[in-house]
Amino acid sequence: MPRVTIDGLDLDAERGDTLLDAARHLGIEVPTLCHMEGLTPWGGCRLCIVEVGAGTRSRLVTSCTYPVEEGLKVRTNSKWVIKTRRMVIELMLGACSGSKELQDLAAKYRMEEMRFKPRHDDCILCGRCVRMCDEQMTGSAIGFLGRGQSLTINTPFDKPSAACRRCGGCMYVCPICTLRCQGPDAPTEVCGRCGSMAPTCSDVFEDYTCYMGAAGDCGTCVREEKKTAASLFCAPEPAKVTVGGK
Amino acid sequence: MAKSKKLRSVADYDRARKEASAQRNAYEARISIGCTSCSASDGRALLEAFQAEVARRGLQEKVLVRLSGCHGFCAKGPLVVFVPHRICYLKVKPSDVPEIIEETALKNNVIDRLVYRDPKTGQKCQLESQIPFYKRQLRLIMDYNKRLDPRDIGSYFAIDGYEGLIKALTRMEPEDVILEVKNSGLRGRGGAGFPTGFKWEFCRKAKGSSKFIICNADEGDPGAYMDRSVMESNPHSVLEGLIIGAYAIGADEGYVYIRNEYPIAVEHIKLAIAQAYEAGLLGKDILGTGFSFDVHVERGAGAFVCGEETALIASIEGRRGEPRQRPPFPATKGLYNKPTNINNVETLANIPLILTRGGSWYSHFGTRNSKGTKIFSLVGKVRNTGLVEVAMGSTFREIIYDIGGGIQDDRPFKAVQTGGPSGGCVPAEHLDQAIDYESLSKLGTIMGSGGMIVMDDRTCMVDVARYFMSFLRNESCGKCLTCREGTQRLWEILDDICEGRGKPGHLPLMEDLAHCVKDASLCGLGQTAGNPVLSTLRYFRDEYEEHISEKRCRAGVCKPLIEYRVVAEKCVGCLLCKKACPQDAITGELKQAHVIDGERCIKCGLCYAACKSDAVEHVKSRDLCHA
Ligand SMILES: Cc1cc2nc3c(=O)[nH]c(=O)nc-3n(C[C@H](O)[C@H](O)[C@H](O)COP(=O)(O)O)c2cc1C
Ligand code: SF4
Ligand code: SF4
Ligand code: FES
Repeated sequence: MPRVTIDGLDLDAERGDTLLDAARHLGIEVPTLCHMEGLTPWGGCRLCIVEVGAGTRSRLVTSCTYPVEEGLKVRTNSKWVIKTRRMVIELMLGACSGSKELQDLAAKYRMEEMRFKPRHDDCILCGRCVRMCDEQMTGSAIGFLGRGQSLTINTPFDKPSAACRRCGGCMYVCPICTLRCQGPDAPTEVCGRCGSMAPTCSDVFEDYTCYMGAAGDCGTCVREEKKTAASLFCAPEPAKVTVGGK
Repeated sequence: MAKSKKLRSVADYDRARKEASAQRNAYEARISIGCTSCSASDGRALLEAFQAEVARRGLQEKVLVRLSGCHGFCAKGPLVVFVPHRICYLKVKPSDVPEIIEETALKNNVIDRLVYRDPKTGQKCQLESQIPFYKRQLRLIMDYNKRLDPRDIGSYFAIDGYEGLIKALTRMEPEDVILEVKNSGLRGRGGAGFPTGFKWEFCRKAKGSSKFIICNADEGDPGAYMDRSVMESNPHSVLEGLIIGAYAIGADEGYVYIRNEYPIAVEHIKLAIAQAYEAGLLGKDILGTGFSFDVHVERGAGAFVCGEETALIASIEGRRGEPRQRPPFPATKGLYNKPTNINNVETLANIPLILTRGGSWYSHFGTRNSKGTKIFSLVGKVRNTGLVEVAMGSTFREIIYDIGGGIQDDRPFKAVQTGGPSGGCVPAEHLDQAIDYESLSKLGTIMGSGGMIVMDDRTCMVDVARYFMSFLRNESCGKCLTCREGTQRLWEILDDICEGRGKPGHLPLMEDLAHCVKDASLCGLGQTAGNPVLSTLRYFRDEYEEHISEKRCRAGVCKPLIEYRVVAEKCVGCLLCKKACPQDAITGELKQAHVIDGERCIKCGLCYAACKSDAVEHVKSRDLCHA
């Protein structure tokens, strides 16, 4: 059992575990996007980076793919990690500002601005759908095509695939297919942080989510400006929140 | 071409070697025509002319004419070298052939007009070794190129080829071979500079019933062609290195992964493999030593990232060429999950030398931590472009000025870019820096595979960074968000700056972003992709700032920022610019000052390049003066 030290805590990890497994075992939260339980780790989104090693030889690796090694020292929240991760999030927002999952993440990391030319892609190329289709649905109907700026996920030759059974598994796992919370103001590139960091809707109400009806109707959104613990966490400037208030 | 018989023992090999060299020495003169690669058609036409002339005079018994590999002096090709005299002719045309045979091959007279004349001293150089381009090099690997016919294993035997392999197989244990390579201090020439002996040892020690060794001949850097040249000119040396490596790590199967865009290299390595099988140097029970090894050729589709070792493995396995997390390293879990060793072409070409001459001999060349020689492809605004092999530790000045002959048109030197698309730019103040893996990395660039692009004062460093970033954003495999999105965003910002849309916040943003791309990406591509931006920002920040705050491009490259004008006092009225202009935007009579009509000008810069009196200058665009 290789012994690793994560944020100062020692752990005898299972051989074959990843650093992410080990961190989660200790209750340490590391954000992930392309990683998903039940799917093979892939290491594409780079969100789950942690710092390993010591001194000048330390480096950043993705915890979801990096195997535990005897004696490895890991820091999940070093300045370097946070600074780099915020840039990763900024890049993500620049590509897909319409995703609730990404906006929640941005809120959590107190992102203030997105300095790139906004695009509104409908895919962040995290490959969850590809692995879902292949590994859970044994469909293998979709895959990556091309590389660099022309990388896409598609069926072979852009034709409807015979392997696809229309199961919808791909859409189910997509982080970009999650619609942003809707408020009365036009959506900005970086969410105004109403304080709803955890998804407020579907978690609480089984059969009603705010994008099903008019925004704010379900009543779970923050209606007036108030300093909740959550919004304090989002400081410095708690965003002005008037969701749903007409 | 000698048909080789199957060699069953070392005695057989010795006999074949003696026969080959006797056969070679029977000729009175041997003529090697270089540049089979760069100008294959010229070379072949020249070969035919020589053969026809030799046949016409009935000299087939006396004069051997052959196409040899690349001689490296590409600016002056095709080259013709006479062995044994080593007289060297440059830029030879088929029409020169009869005279060459008559005078040089038969009478040993030198034809003055075809020899190299040193532009600095005016001195004539009859021998290849006198030409400054060659004199300052240390050509341990490249020197063989002109001495053999890459399509003939016999000519490789004649220069004692495969002796290193024989020595390894008959007189050394695999561990001894590894020790010898360790002692040589050889480091991988594919970019990362990992010590080859240690890499072999890891793979030797890895548990596995069968192992693989792969020769990486993917060479995707634009403008770099040293691996191609070695594969085309001396494929047997690479193959010999591969077989020795296989013996050292205990591999029974090997691959040569070579890009499809290199048809001659593919042909030559395939031929070399076929000949080696025929000679019994590949296959079962090689020379009766009990060691067996098979080699396959795999062609790459030409994606830059497929040169990365894990992507290369994926590609051979028939999967998408996409890097994966290391560890596990290929040495423990590589091709088909078997221990696998991957080496670069040039690395392998060094191996026979190390085995025959010894590791300690090899380690005399180079610096403390980087041994041996390195081949650079010297291109750009330098006079003598070509392939240059120097000892590690040579300085930029030696390479660019002594070997390269200085900057074209004697313009000022501005920077030299090393390491391929994700390398960095080194400014004039570091010209005297001795080059090795560590010093380059301290300067913010990399050895890479050995590209070296020389830039003069008419090069805009922001534009250079934009060019390389454009390559990287398209060649990134796209797996890592940081690499795919990061290179795209860096390119967008660089493009903004070049087009006059730069903002003050752009520079710190680019710095943060470039670091993020380097730190958070998976493979070597992303991990070096920040270099073009970071190194130009480090040495040429003022140029970036000029672009942003003054909207000025001092090199005159960023067209939206400039316009051209004729300085009346300097203009001699030679009409050159007028003739060059595709837009008819220039007016003026002979011997009178010319004028450019800004409305019609498309800023192509042809007049600027054409003017011999420096009378065309670029100034800040008037559209921007009020901006
Ligand atoms: C993007 C990328 C491209 C590469 N391209 C090549 C290449 O074309 N040829 C090569 O020999 N090595 C290339 N490498 C380096 C290989 O991954 C590997 O380190 C090398 O082949 C090992 O051989 P060596 O130890 O002999 O240098 C590349 C690496 C990266 C990250
Ligand atoms: S760093 Fe770039 S090229 Fe390398 S795996 Fe990641 S996306 Fe692909
Ligand atoms: S820049 Fe081109 S179009 Fe303009 S004047 Fe010169 S040659 Fe003509
Ligand atoms: S979650 Fe680890 S890289 Fe995406």
